[in-house]
Amino acid sequence: MIKFLVYIAIILTALAIGYLVRVFELASSLKGNKPEEVTEKDNKLQAKLMLLFMFILLAFTFWNLVEYAPKMLPVSASEHGVEIDWLFNFNMIIIYFVFAITQIFLFFFAFKYYGRKGRVATFIAHDNKLEMIWTVIPAIVLAVLIIFGLQSWNKITSDANPNSMIVELYAKQFDWTARYAGADNKLGKANYRLITATNDLGMDSTSAEGMDDIVVKNEIHIPVGKEIEFKFRSRDVIHSAYFPHFRAQMNCVPGMTTMFHFTPTITTADMRKDPFVVKQMAEINDLRQEKAKKEGRTEKAVEFDYILLCNKICGNSHYNMQMTVVVDTEADYKKWLEGKPAFYAKAPAAETKPTAVAEIK
Amino acid sequence: MSDNHGHHESHAHDSHGQHDEHHHEESFVSKYIFSMDHKTISRQFLITAVIMAFLAMMMSFLFRLQLAWPGEKFAIINFLLGDKWGKDGILDPGMYMALVTIHGTVMVFMVLTGGLSGTFSNLLIPYQIGARDMASGFLNMLSYWFFFLSSVIMLAAFFIETGPASGGWTVYPPLSALPQAMDGSKLGMTFWLVSMSLFIVSSLLGGLNYIVTVLNLRTKGMSMTRLPLTIWAFFVTAILGVLSFPVLLSAALLLIFDRSFGTSFYLSDIYIGGQALEQTGGSPILYEHLFWFLGHPEVYIIILPALGLTSEIISVNSRKPIFGYRAMIGSIMAIGFLSFIVWGHHMYMTGMNPFLGSVFVFTTLLIAIPSAVKAFNYITTLWKGNIRYTPAMLFAIGLVSTFISGGLTGIILADSALDINVHDTYFVVAHFHIVMGVSAILGMCAGVYHWFPKMFLRHMNKKLGYIHFWGTFISAYGVFFPMHFLGLAGVPRRYYSNSAFPMFDNLVDINVFITSFAILAALVQIVFLFNFFYSMFRGPKSEQNPWGANTLEWTTPMAHTHGNWPGALPTVHRWPYDYSKPGKDQDFVPQTVPLAEGEIDGGGH
Repeated sequence: MIKFLVYIAIILTALAIGYLVRVFELASSLKGNKPEEVTEKDNKLQAKLMLLFMFILLAFTFWNLVEYAPKMLPVSASEHGVEIDWLFNFNMIIIYFVFAITQIFLFFFAFKYYGRKGRVATFIAHDNKLEMIWTVIPAIVLAVLIIFGLQSWNKITSDANPNSMIVELYAKQFDWTARYAGADNKLGKANYRLITATNDLGMDSTSAEGMDDIVVKNEIHIPVGKEIEFKFRSRDVIHSAYFPHFRAQMNCVPGMTTMFHFTPTITTADMRKDPFVVKQMAEINDLRQEKAKKEGRTEKAVEFDYILLCNKICGNSHYNMQMTVVVDTEADYKKWLEGKPAFYAKAPAAETKPTAVAEIK
Repeated sequence: MSDNHGHHESHAHDSHGQHDEHHHEESFVSKYIFSMDHKTISRQFLITAVIMAFLAMMMSFLFRLQLAWPGEKFAIINFLLGDKWGKDGILDPGMYMALVTIHGTVMVFMVLTGGLSGTFSNLLIPYQIGARDMASGFLNMLSYWFFFLSSVIMLAAFFIETGPASGGWTVYPPLSALPQAMDGSKLGMTFWLVSMSLFIVSSLLGGLNYIVTVLNLRTKGMSMTRLPLTIWAFFVTAILGVLSFPVLLSAALLLIFDRSFGTSFYLSDIYIGGQALEQTGGSPILYEHLFWFLGHPEVYIIILPALGLTSEIISVNSRKPIFGYRAMIGSIMAIGFLSFIVWGHHMYMTGMNPFLGSVFVFTTLLIAIPSAVKAFNYITTLWKGNIRYTPAMLFAIGLVSTFISGGLTGIILADSALDINVHDTYFVVAHFHIVMGVSAILGMCAGVYHWFPKMFLRHMNKKLGYIHFWGTFISAYGVFFPMHFLGLAGVPRRYYSNSAFPMFDNLVDINVFITSFAILAALVQIVFLFNFFYSMFRGPKSEQNPWGANTLEWTTPMAHTHGNWPGALPTVHRWPYDYSKPGKDQDFVPQTVPLAEGEIDGGGH
């Protein structure tokens, strides 16, 4: 019934507007105007609006930059991330400059050259010199950007240091599991056909390298100042391991292993003391308290944490597939790791029987 | 439609010989439904696209409500989606994904590919090159009906139990290949694949027709270097489509095989729903390569026609030749060529070889050069012009503005090192919406306002047009500019809610800001919808050449007749941009006017 009324209301409103416009049009044609003709007055008004819009656009974009700065990611907590941030800012300055210049030209010309009776446009069809300039200058600027960009890219994606610590991140709908390589720094073999309820990663108990592997859920710890080589696998669909605070990302693709390595530089404890982070967390906590109060519940204050997000659409709970990353001092990290038994220490090898292979429907 | 009252009378008086067989009275069905006339087909495409665009916008409205106020109850969500997907007015996460997916698919393919090219290539190619119709009217008709069928199937998926496809508009397998992975990968995904396959057929039928028509049916004197830039844009677009859409069809076919026949093109080593699947040896990366081999040319298939329309509209309304006509053609061709060798920039983070990534960085940044040339040429066309602000002109200038803004952030995303941190975040969403979504929509609107008098023989209301432009333009920046900052704060795209962890709690106000502008944008489109349908029947009647334009479509009579020109086809004597040429008594010289003695064609004087 309500739906019906809503439809009726929509139809009646449309009819009403229709008649209103008709009335205006009739009135205007009675006065002898051609309503569709663009007059000099129209040109002048639109030209002024163009100029006004130019100021609003520049002010708005600049305001965005200033207003949202405190909400952005804090300083990069990885070595290569600092370089990425520098490169980003370098690009951004050039981009914003070009943006401002071109928009000013566009809207200023739109304002200045509005149509007036008796004025004639200047017949200019091309200008080789001008065109050469604006082909060559962007080419040079882009060449510089490419050189800087590729230098960083090559450094970031070069082979990991042979002494780096190996950690496997295993993605599935909708959580992450980490596997530490243990004392030998080598991951044991795994096979998806070996997956069982207790052997989430499909670890192969006949693989000697895997005997000391440690499997961890929910939270991983990594030591500060040491290069970590992450190896990514996926069990079901494509996921993407995204560590925004470390400026690191790599897709997890079923059927293959992908890699990304970085060196964390700031411990979680130190990051929590960073003035930018302190301020940001204060705002977040205020907002959370406010919301809780409105909803009549109590809310504990949260602390800053590094986080691992899934950044490739992977199903309905894609938005809630997270893992906490803790960067420890070397000593704290060792202490944490000591408390974690190897996978095969708690579950003796008994699960090598492959699971039944499913019929494909 | 009232504009066709005089239709068959003018037929009877048709003087040119080759159309004698058309003297029989046409039935409603052959005139308006299964029509083979390019003008009718163009209007069919336009009206379908306008409706599809409106529906896709409604979808975005629903998920924007969820993003700004996650978990809050909205009667309209329950009203539109019912208890199954909008229980108590809260959007279901699966439905959220479906809305995002279908919004993207409909906008990219149905509106900005089928709708934009279908409308304006069909309308303008025969008109502006001086042809009686498309090379094959029958294929042209088929093209529309495949498109229509494809649109219906895409929307029909909302009415099946498991809902439409919901793996994002790129539908990457294995997510889209495995019905166990999500509801949207069940029957809905089959609908998506069938719909897209039909769409590709439609696009190929249309594209081949456009290419053949441009190459073979140009009237006397219409050399390639006298073609309006609109035609150049449609021509290159059609070539891109013909070369790249078959690759998408192959990607879709392999996906159909993987889904239904147990092959493993894209699947390998998967354990899902408590079972290890048998498929092994395939690679989802293969799909990504195939998809983006279409996907990247696709964004140019979207933007080039919009740029073509803009070139024409800016020149006509500045009363000035388009600046650098040959450079514009060169840019269109360069963009067309380069668009085939940049697809890998969508895949820097897939585990693709980093060296291959470097190559794509290089080619991608190259494509910025012809794009920059185009932008500079538009700006210079305005310089020293005598600008007439029709609503179309406003939209065209708006396109130049957003094309620059969105293009510039592309420099960040093209740079593989910088892409690491913004890949798949809202930064990407902001970038492509501005550079191809908003720009192409603005270009399409410009085209609609400008050629409405040709399509429906009436004018749209000017004042409502102004309101439509400013509302759309302001809200486009209001929606998409702040989105960059969500991305830079690390928010991934396609998240149902950002409240699952505290990290993004301070970004709620940005999302509320964005949604407010999105609602404004939606309201303003109602003004357009009204203006569009109202003016179609009741708008003030147009003159033959209301904008004082040079191109051939404005030399056709003010009735839609078969064969476009009642007598012989017009002969072309000059390029299309002789506006405000010194020594002429009016500020435009139609292409049909012979060159005066000693007059130089193509911009010299």
